[in-house]
Order: sequence, then structure tokens, then C-alpha cells
Amino acid sequence: MSNPNVTNVIVAGVGGQGVLKASDILGEAIFRRGFDVKKAEVHGMSQRGGSVKTDVRYGEKVYSPMVPIGECDYLVVLSADQVEINRPSLKAGGVLIAPDAVDENRLTNKRSLNVALLGVLSRHLDIPEADWREAIRVNLPEKIQAVNFEAFALGRNS
Amino acid sequence: MSNQSDSAAGGARLLLSGNEAIARAGVDAQVALGAGYPGTPSTEILENFSDLGGPAQWSPNEKVALEVAIGAAYGGARVLMTTKHVGLNVAADPLFTVAYTGVAGALVIVVADDPGMASSQNEQDSRRYARAAGVPMFEPADSQEAYDMTLEALRRSQEWGLPVFLRVTTRVCHSKTIVTPHGRIDAPTPTHFERDIPGLVMIPAYARIAHKKLREQLAAISEWADTTEWNGLSGSGGPSLGVITSGIVYQHVRDAAPEADVLKLGFSYPVPEGKIRDFVTTHERCVVIEEGDPVLAEAIGAMGLTVESKSERYRFGELSVERIRRILDRDESPEPSMPKGKPPQLCVGCPHRKTFEILKELNCIVTGDIGCYTLGVLPPFQAMDTCVCMGASIGVGLGLRHVIPEDEARRVVSVIGDSTFVHSGVTGLIEMAYNRPRTGHLTIILDNGTTAMTGMQEHPGTGRRLNHDPAYQLVIEDVCRAVGIERTFVIDPVKAVDELKDRIAESLKSDALSVIIVRRPCILALAKIKKIDTANGEPKG
Repeated sequence: MSNPNVTNVIVAGVGGQGVLKASDILGEAIFRRGFDVKKAEVHGMSQRGGSVKTDVRYGEKVYSPMVPIGECDYLVVLSADQVEINRPSLKAGGVLIAPDAVDENRLTNKRSLNVALLGVLSRHLDIPEADWREAIRVNLPEKIQAVNFEAFALGRNS
Repeated sequence: MSNQSDSAAGGARLLLSGNEAIARAGVDAQVALGAGYPGTPSTEILENFSDLGGPAQWSPNEKVALEVAIGAAYGGARVLMTTKHVGLNVAADPLFTVAYTGVAGALVIVVADDPGMASSQNEQDSRRYARAAGVPMFEPADSQEAYDMTLEALRRSQEWGLPVFLRVTTRVCHSKTIVTPHGRIDAPTPTHFERDIPGLVMIPAYARIAHKKLREQLAAISEWADTTEWNGLSGSGGPSLGVITSGIVYQHVRDAAPEADVLKLGFSYPVPEGKIRDFVTTHERCVVIEEGDPVLAEAIGAMGLTVESKSERYRFGELSVERIRRILDRDESPEPSMPKGKPPQLCVGCPHRKTFEILKELNCIVTGDIGCYTLGVLPPFQAMDTCVCMGASIGVGLGLRHVIPEDEARRVVSVIGDSTFVHSGVTGLIEMAYNRPRTGHLTIILDNGTTAMTGMQEHPGTGRRLNHDPAYQLVIEDVCRAVGIERTFVIDPVKAVDELKDRIAESLKSDALSVIIVRRPCILALAKIKKIDTANGEPKG
């Protein structure tokens, strides 16, 4: 039933972890690559420590911004307690990138786990590293860019 | 920060949320004023408009925002007013009459609905307002359309001399999609107030004429609806399946039923009767798929046409690709339920927490209000007993005090936030002094110095305008005293927690009218507030 020409990614976690920021970086990198892309998220209550989830879909032409249940190709989860509640989104054979996909102790700043997990995701997607770097650069303040480039590399090379 | 380009020129391809796209169109159309009150999912429109250089303001509430917008549009300016769906209720009084008077300039009212209630107290459908007030309505389905239709709505408003709705929903507001702006449109004409007493002074004699004129205009616009390309067909699936839809639902329909012909109503009120009739009569099976109330289905049914509509269960919540597949498959089996996520909660270190702990301990009957502090209803506090709408805490508390037995009445406390108090708590406080309950009353104003729930916006009590420039600062305790509250206290819930508890307990025992302003900045906003105050050259406390 799902559209084979569209790739579906979900980034999930809890408020304050940088889920929205990670999906902004992802959306930006895809956008730079030249695909049609849509990114859906819900603001408001999510800022208060609750579950947060963003959907990113891309391909030649994307209609709905929301990933249908059971059609997610890549599920990136920033918080271990959010894995099970999001698992039904994943399609059979889809890739789960859980928070333990990178060794947290190797992060200079643990708050860059979001970007480190994008590094892991980047191994699966056809997006040049330059686009990722540019997406990180335009989405983060200068003073935390270096630590996030480092986190991205850790995920990408892990 | 989040946008990859700040070029305002045409041609650049941008990845924008619907809210960002509306803001950019406002700037490109040289809108002279954007007015509103923060409310998810509409808030970022005016913030972005301001960041892009547009003159934007938060008003105390949506009614005032719309009134200011009306005045500016009477003066010939292009104006945007933004609100969430429930805010339009607050602004409904001026809305219904500005439809009669019309405007000299352009007035576009952006109303953002929240089907599924991601962050709202109800899921009312603003398409009803278009019909009730007689205000034409556009419904964009993505950010490009949000941009294009904002420009078109401004153009049409000016041409028709009527206010026009741009109705969006959470998934349009907060989804990012690709937009190619086409640069600036024609410059607005110079502003000027042209006296038109029968046209603008709605005494009954003039309003009777104005109402008839409005209905004649809507009849003419209904013919335009049949010719405009905003109402268009897509797909070439042949005559077997046709879907009529609007807004974000169009996108889900294209994914769920790529084989269907779709009639998409980008301009959804007045409905294009001719196009709908043609579409229905040339498709063997025609299904109306819409989020929320069956508004289109009712309109099409009233035309005497037979179409299928969704079953009642799909009135609730958002639609999605999966749900639309089920509607088309006539699948009435129970929908699979996704595991529930972690609910939001009051932040660790939130200054409101102490108050709710005390209210729980004192076994208070708490009439609550709209804001972060509504989360005081959830465990571990469960210290909220009612929540109706902005400002209702005070009136509802007073109503209870009037009728319930004295021992219960003495436990009633109204709890309201600072921004909500300015929005519509002031009149409740006047009521408290005017129609005082026999047992007196206690209102607690939780003042964290920001409109926290919607993402830390300014309001009159912060003393800063939307763009954080300094402004006259409304002093809430002065308002309390001025309206006749006998005892007004300002207490820091961290520095003086014992005093807070004693004051609440003692106020409940007395027959006095008391307001306790529990004042301590939002921990999320603290750093931002300090930075702004330093930039403004006036560090506070």
C-alpha cells in the first residue's frame, strides 16, 4: 500500500532532547539534496517533557506530511523509554536507530545525542556529507557547532 | 536560524512551515499591521512576520486584536489578524459585524484549527464561522499554498471590500514543506480614512441595508468560486471514484487513493456549487472527506446531491492516510490504537508547582484556566477541578461560591496565569468585586512573567512588545486594587513558601476578597528575559 517512491523517517523522544532540532537538520539536509520533503511536528504541550515525535518524508513528490503507521523506513529514537511506543510506526524490515546506537560516554556533550543519532542515520541515506554539515551549521549556534560536528562524525563512523 | 535563506526575493526555494509561509507572504504584500494573541498552532505567524521586518503586535486578547485590525483596514491598510480557533470565539463579536461593514483596505483573518487537540480545549471547526458570519474562506493544503493564498486572500479582500478567512490547521501550520515565494506584489494604496456613516456605523437602520448587501456580495462571490482555479481537479482516475476535500486532508487523500479523482476546494466558502454538481454527477461514487464536522457534506447534501460522507467516528481527531483508507474501504472495524506517549508535565523547577502542592494539601476546589498551569490537573498534583476557557477560572469560581454549601464554598480558589489574566481575567475580577459571594473569594494569579504555554510570548504585563521592545508595563496588583479587591498580596513561591501557604489558608477562612499574585519567572524564560532586559538597557530584579 505504501508509496515506494517516498522515504519515511520518524525522529522521536521526549521534550527537551532536541527532537525538533534533529528533524530540522534532517529536513534541511534532504532539502539541500534537492528532494521534495515534508516535515510534520506538533508544538505546544510537547515542550513540557512529554513525548515528542516528528515525521520527515521525502522523495520525488510527497503529499501527506505524516508517516502512516507501519510505513516508517527509519525510526530514530532519542530516549530508551520511547522505543516501544513508537515501534508500531516501523514497517517490516524498517531500521530502528535506538539511543544506544552510539556510546553516550564518547560524546563530549551528551546533549548532542540527537545529532550523533543523525550521524548513524546518515549511513543509510543518500545525502552527501557536505549537505549534512551545512544543515547542522545553519541550524545550530556557532559555539556548539564543533561539538555537534564531532557528534555527527561519531554516529556516522560508529 | 532555522531557515536556510533569508532572501525575500522571488525564485528562491525555501523549506518553510505554513506559519512561516504566511508571515513571508505578509511581508511580501507589505502588510501594514499584524495583530493577534498567541495560541497554538497560530503563534509563530506573527513572530516570523516580525522577524522578517513586519509590524506585528500582541494585543491583550483576540477581540482587541481584531478590532485594531478592523480599524487599520477601515483606514485602507492591508492587515493580518491571527488567532487559534478558540480565540475566534473571543473575537466573534466584531467578526460578525465587520462582515457587514466590510473594509476599505484588506483584512485577512488567519484562523488556526487544532483537530485532535494537540494543545487546545476543544476541536471546534472554524469553517462554521465562515458560514455563520458570511466571511469568504481559503484553506491552504501546504506551505506553498499558505503563501500563495495569503497573497490571494489579501487581494480578494481588497477587491471585494470584505474580510476574508485563511483557515489553517495544526498540520499546515507546523509542517515544513517547500515554498517558492514570488517576491513582492503591487504596493498598497496610501492609507486614508474616508467617512462613510451608513457603511460603517452599524445602527439598525444602516445594518439592515448592510446585511442585504453582504448576502448579495456572497452570492456574487459564489459565482467566482466556480471559476477560480483554487477550486480544482486532480487525478485522471476516470469516473469510478471521486473525492471532494479541502485543506491538509487533500494531501492524505492523494496518498490514500492515488487512483481517485479529487475536487479540492482551496476556496471553500462560499462553495463552488457548479463545480461540485458537475463532479458529483460525473463520478459513480463520490465521497466527501473532511476533518472535523461534516460541513462540506451538509452543504452538498443541501444542494440536493447524494454523496457519501465519513461515519461519525471520523468527526473526532485528525484524519490521516490510514483513516482515509478506512473511510474509502467502508471499514467500520475498530481502529488500531497506538501506544500512548508520555504526557507533558509541569517542568521540574516550575515556580507553579509549590502552589499546586499547597492547594492539594488544603483540599481546595480549584477552578482553573488555560496555560501551562493547567498541567496542575495531572498527577502528582491533581489540583484542578475545572477548566473551560481563557479567563473562566474567576467566573466559574464565583458561581460555585454563590450556590454551594458554605463549608464547600470556603474551599473554592480561582487559579489563572498572568497572560490569561490580562486576556480575559480582568472582567472576572471586576465581577468578583461587584457581585461578591457571601464567603468572599480567593483568586490566585500565577505570574511567571511570560505567556509560557505557547512558547514564551510577551504580553502587557511583561512590559515588552511582541518584538521585545520596551512598552508600558501593566501592573497586575494595581489592577486588582483598582477594581475593588480588598487584599492583594505578591508572594515569591520559592523565597516565601510558608507565607504563601499561610496566606492561602487564611484567605479561605476570611470573608474578604483576596488576590494572591504568586510571582516568579518561568524557568524556561528566565535566561531569555534577562538577555532581553540587558539588551533593552533596563535590568530588572
